[in-house]
Amino acid sequence: MINEDVDTSKRQFLTTALTVVGAVGTGYLAVPFLSQMQPSAKAMAAGAPVEIDISKMETGQLLRVAWRGKPVWVLHRTPEVLATLSTLEDQLLDPSSNESQQPVSSKNPVRSIKPDIFIAVGLCTHLGCSPTFRPEIAPHDLGEKWKGGFFCPCHGSWFDLAGRVYKSVPAPSNLEIPPYRYITDTQIIIGEDTEEKKV
Amino acid sequence: MKPNRIQLCSQWLFERFPLNKLWNEHMAHYYAPKNFNLWYFFGSVALLVLVNQLVTGILLTMNYKPDAKLAFDSVEYIMRDVNWGWLVRYMHSTGASAFFIVVYLHMFRGLMYGSFKQPRELVWILGMLLFVALMAESFMGYLLPWGQMSYWGAQVIISLFSAIPVIGDDLALWIRGDYVVSDATLNRFFAFHVIAVPLVLIFLVVLHLVALHELGSNNPDGIEIKKIKASVETEFHPYHKRSQLADYQLLPVDGIPLHPYYTVKDIVGVAIFLLFFAGIIFYAPEMGGYFLEPANFIPADPLKTPEHIAPVWYFTPFYAILRAVPFKFAGVIAMGGSIGVLFLLPWLDRSPVKSIRYRGGIFKKALLIFVISFVSLGYLGTQPATANAVIAARIFSTFYFSFFLLMPIYTSWEKTKPVPERLTVQPTWEQRIPVIKAIFAEMISSIEIQNAEGQITKRYKLNPQGISKVFIRLAKNIKASLE
Repeated sequence: MINEDVDTSKRQFLTTALTVVGAVGTGYLAVPFLSQMQPSAKAMAAGAPVEIDISKMETGQLLRVAWRGKPVWVLHRTPEVLATLSTLEDQLLDPSSNESQQPVSSKNPVRSIKPDIFIAVGLCTHLGCSPTFRPEIAPHDLGEKWKGGFFCPCHGSWFDLAGRVYKSVPAPSNLEIPPYRYITDTQIIIGEDTEEKKV
Repeated sequence: MKPNRIQLCSQWLFERFPLNKLWNEHMAHYYAPKNFNLWYFFGSVALLVLVNQLVTGILLTMNYKPDAKLAFDSVEYIMRDVNWGWLVRYMHSTGASAFFIVVYLHMFRGLMYGSFKQPRELVWILGMLLFVALMAESFMGYLLPWGQMSYWGAQVIISLFSAIPVIGDDLALWIRGDYVVSDATLNRFFAFHVIAVPLVLIFLVVLHLVALHELGSNNPDGIEIKKIKASVETEFHPYHKRSQLADYQLLPVDGIPLHPYYTVKDIVGVAIFLLFFAGIIFYAPEMGGYFLEPANFIPADPLKTPEHIAPVWYFTPFYAILRAVPFKFAGVIAMGGSIGVLFLLPWLDRSPVKSIRYRGGIFKKALLIFVISFVSLGYLGTQPATANAVIAARIFSTFYFSFFLLMPIYTSWEKTKPVPERLTVQPTWEQRIPVIKAIFAEMISSIEIQNAEGQITKRYKLNPQGISKVFIRLAKNIKASLE
């Protein structure tokens, strides 16, 4: 082969140009390929609000309902529980819920619209297990300090009965409170905010 | 002589495809060190398990339904109604655990004999990539039965990605394809488990072997056999078919062809492995809840996490490290780091010597502590996260990371022993039999008793003094071998 008359700079230009065009083309193709793994239109639409009736709930009872495929807890808290909540603040990571997710209506120490009815998404803010409901005080396995709350069996995070996280556990923030509002005194709709009603 | 038909056919083939060249390069004329011991079975056994997983996996997909409504029942259908379905399913599920047992032993072999060290860094890194791909493969496969443990295990592992700052939540959403683990997640994990990751695994296995065969295997002495070569003419070498080799070709003096010497040897390893494998499949396929967890026989319930969740045993050491750290993102970093640090091993080890046989006591002790930590973390990962368990996990995690991160320091202090020029010869099992017999004789004393009819019978009794002597000697030997 004769190489003397080859213009290597032109050849280099063509190689570079082809590489760039190829890379841009691959980039464009990657968009639909990666995007098709995003939630589909159907999955995004399946977030309908859920209506629940709490008239038959007894005090201390926990109700589990599904909303957007997630477990949502409805807990009827006793007056003793509410009294205990205010004594825990120094053991909690975020007692006034500044770093946590909740609607404005629930951003208070007991984290609910009505103090006795507590509603939260029942998924640990650490890695998404559903914590267990442990209302008893100082049980054998959790020790003296346990004042009743939610215990995550996966990685040992502690939450009180207002879904507030304790200090030095893996979970970084309080349990998420979903948007919800009261239709009547005994009927709650989960998935719609109190503010939305006014609008 | 006129060539016969078979010769003509093979000639036709070899002119078009270099089958004979490939065979010679990787089997018949590939020289492996002649002193491979028990630890060198696990590479070929891992390959066998991979084939087992591929074949049984293909059979399972014929009856499995990747649909959140049908998946659990289709697995039970395979177990109960499909001809031999239980066998194929148990071969696949036990194969997953067997894969990890074999791979962990294979990796430990590399750690012990310095197979990761220069010049085999890439062999090690490709092997580590295989390990990560294998973890992804088994994790996604574990979701498919759609039991409680499948569901919540996937929920936890996918949530790990959400701990990454800024992009975390979007990334977790993209992996799940839904706001929670759902049918979309199951369907895509099926695609990854059945097509994408197996292709990656096979590709990486090829790369791992090509890189290995370029350099040749390491061995229990950690000596490069290619350093001492001799021509076929000068060296006696009973191992080579002289007719196939050029006279001038130089061959490693301490090497023997992979085929037939190690192919035949590996058949023994494979037979012993299959004995254990069949034993587990037929008598303990769930392995007391370690290979198939009890909670996974309950269909997935998105509203309720099982009381006690733990990953399958092969993930528990890393899971225990995750749980030991009290902060979400730091925990994920620690868990990722515990695997990532293994990639750096070739550059962390500063010792000039490869094999543990010639390394200093400090490395042997460090390796022992590492093994104890790894096994303890594995145990703690299966247990509930009580306060004491978390403290123990923190201590062992510290040891785990110290083994790697302090390695540049303690391996440069290490007092190594002189490494011989040629491979050493270890006593064979036959040669060890008299020694083992003598130990038994020391531990058991026999008394001759004459009964009423005058017959003499021998009674054997354990000899406590002898036993304690044997154990003291054993302890002394272990202590001496650590120095």
